[in-house]
Amino acid sequence: MSQASTEIIKISGHAGTVPGAGLNREFQVCKLVDTTTCIGCKACEVACLEWNGYTFSQTTFANSYQTMPETAWNYWNLIKFNEHERDDGSMMLLMRKDQCMHCEEPGCLEACPADGAIVQYANGIVDFQEAHCIGCGYCVTGCPFNIPKFSPEAHKVFKCTLCNDRVSVGLEPACIKACPTGCLHFGTKSDMKDLAESRAEQLRDVSGFADAGVYDPAGVGGTHVIYVLHDAKNPELYGGLPKDPHIPYSVWLWKKPLKWLGNLAMIGGIVGLALHYLRVGPKREEPIPPEDRGPS
Amino acid sequence: MSTTDTVRRPRTTTDFDEELIPRYSFVERVNHWFGALTYSYCLITGLAFWTPYLYWLAAIVGGGPTARFWHPWFGLFFTVSQFLMFVQWGGDMEMDHDDRVWADNIKAYINNEDDKLPPVGRFNWGQKIYFWAMVGSTILLLLSGFVLWYVEAVPWSFHILRYVAILIHASVALITIGLFLIHVYMSTLLEEGSFASMVYGTVTRAWAWTFHRKWYYQVTGKSRPNQ
Ligand code: HEM
Ligand code: SF4
Ligand code: SF4
Repeated sequence: MSQASTEIIKISGHAGTVPGAGLNREFQVCKLVDTTTCIGCKACEVACLEWNGYTFSQTTFANSYQTMPETAWNYWNLIKFNEHERDDGSMMLLMRKDQCMHCEEPGCLEACPADGAIVQYANGIVDFQEAHCIGCGYCVTGCPFNIPKFSPEAHKVFKCTLCNDRVSVGLEPACIKACPTGCLHFGTKSDMKDLAESRAEQLRDVSGFADAGVYDPAGVGGTHVIYVLHDAKNPELYGGLPKDPHIPYSVWLWKKPLKWLGNLAMIGGIVGLALHYLRVGPKREEPIPPEDRGPS
Repeated sequence: MSTTDTVRRPRTTTDFDEELIPRYSFVERVNHWFGALTYSYCLITGLAFWTPYLYWLAAIVGGGPTARFWHPWFGLFFTVSQFLMFVQWGGDMEMDHDDRVWADNIKAYINNEDDKLPPVGRFNWGQKIYFWAMVGSTILLLLSGFVLWYVEAVPWSFHILRYVAILIHASVALITIGLFLIHVYMSTLLEEGSFASMVYGTVTRAWAWTFHRKWYYQVTGKSRPNQ
């Protein structure tokens, strides 16, 4: 860890305690998306393409400002635009930056069969290692957020890396850097959580959004991308953000009980057949009795 | 053990008994081995995706991406072989009364007390069950496999299809693996002469009489003594 060389434990000729001794560094990173201050400018979309070396894709117009219906293998960051009619009849334009949530319990990783194709770093970033990806698409089945996207050209799957390449050298993700309103923040998980909570409180107390809150879903162990929502009770309004995301039960069933049952049955079957052979031996042909012999 | 003397009895077959009669045509044998090869490929690559402990199996067929690319194609080839098998053998695989009696007394078969079983036609109950289970499984593997094949073709609004497909595909594959293990064991180790019959296409009269007596009567023109 690069931080290890900045943390001092002993100092020569120094009277008194070592400054910062016993300090606990938090490695967990987090991106905070405050949907209430997003203006839908899509600077983050462009920054993501630029940093990751993709060219701008064909857009799909569907009567909204949204660039395309969902993220793509070469378009990892998408602002979802949703018109919402409030109880008093007024309209709200809800804008949410959609990307990988970097789940603490990533369903994509749970489902992946390829050694080393998906890794989770100690700072919480979930990253795909395309060199090891076999293109089976199991991660697509495992993810509750519809994030991993298959590239028919590469036969591999791609998604947001939380700019792991930037973060590992002390830079913030490209989208954060590009955001002009300050609705995107990056820092430690606990700092971002605090910031998000105080913003939500402000929205509740000052701005009249009684249901404002923070989206950090427990079903996936929390996420390393969190949202401040005006209406945390209805995350679905924000372009299909699931209310209670979790690794699909079918994926659990497949990867846990079925796997062990299957393995046991296969090993048991082979052992059983070997024992059968030792016990009763082969079936051999027998001589034909005279009454069944004779030229046909 | 009561089975000892029937199993280990010294052979006293005559030249007549050892004469070869045809059992599988050239086309039947080619298709059988085509099915065996394509199934084995699906098995090796499928098991590689099934558990990290067997992921190394992918290496022997050219690595993970190669295995992923070809698995569905070999699945399709396997489906073709199953369809041809259905055309070739579907008729011979129909169950009759003797088969049901045979199934009720399957314990005797397992204990190598074959003389306690009703006479068997071209195929026995076990072979018929294997055949029909494989035909049914192939259909399920094909349908679920198609859902998994083209990842980008299943939109998010249909993602429940993926959940269903992977569970069906893995469960059905497991069932076929169990049956396949039994099938390979019986035809290579347990029933002597079976493997050779699928290679050379012939069996001895004594083999036919012992294991497929009704079929023996049929192809040799002998009628059953008590009929
Ligand atoms: C009939 C046509 C078939 C098609 C189109 C098909 C397709 C697929 C696809 C697309 C996958 C997803 C993973 C991948 O491709 O890497 C898969 C997985 C698998 N297939 Fe097939 N397959 C077929 C037949 C078979 C057969 C005959 C077997 C026999 C053992 C089999 C066993 C498996 C297994 C064990 C897995 C892995 C399941 C898991 O990871 O839990 N498949 N198949
Ligand atoms: S497509 Fe690649 S990353 Fe996704 S589960 Fe398969 S091997 Fe893993
Ligand atoms: S959002 Fe999906 S792709 Fe991202 S870490 Fe979670 S499960 Fe994986």
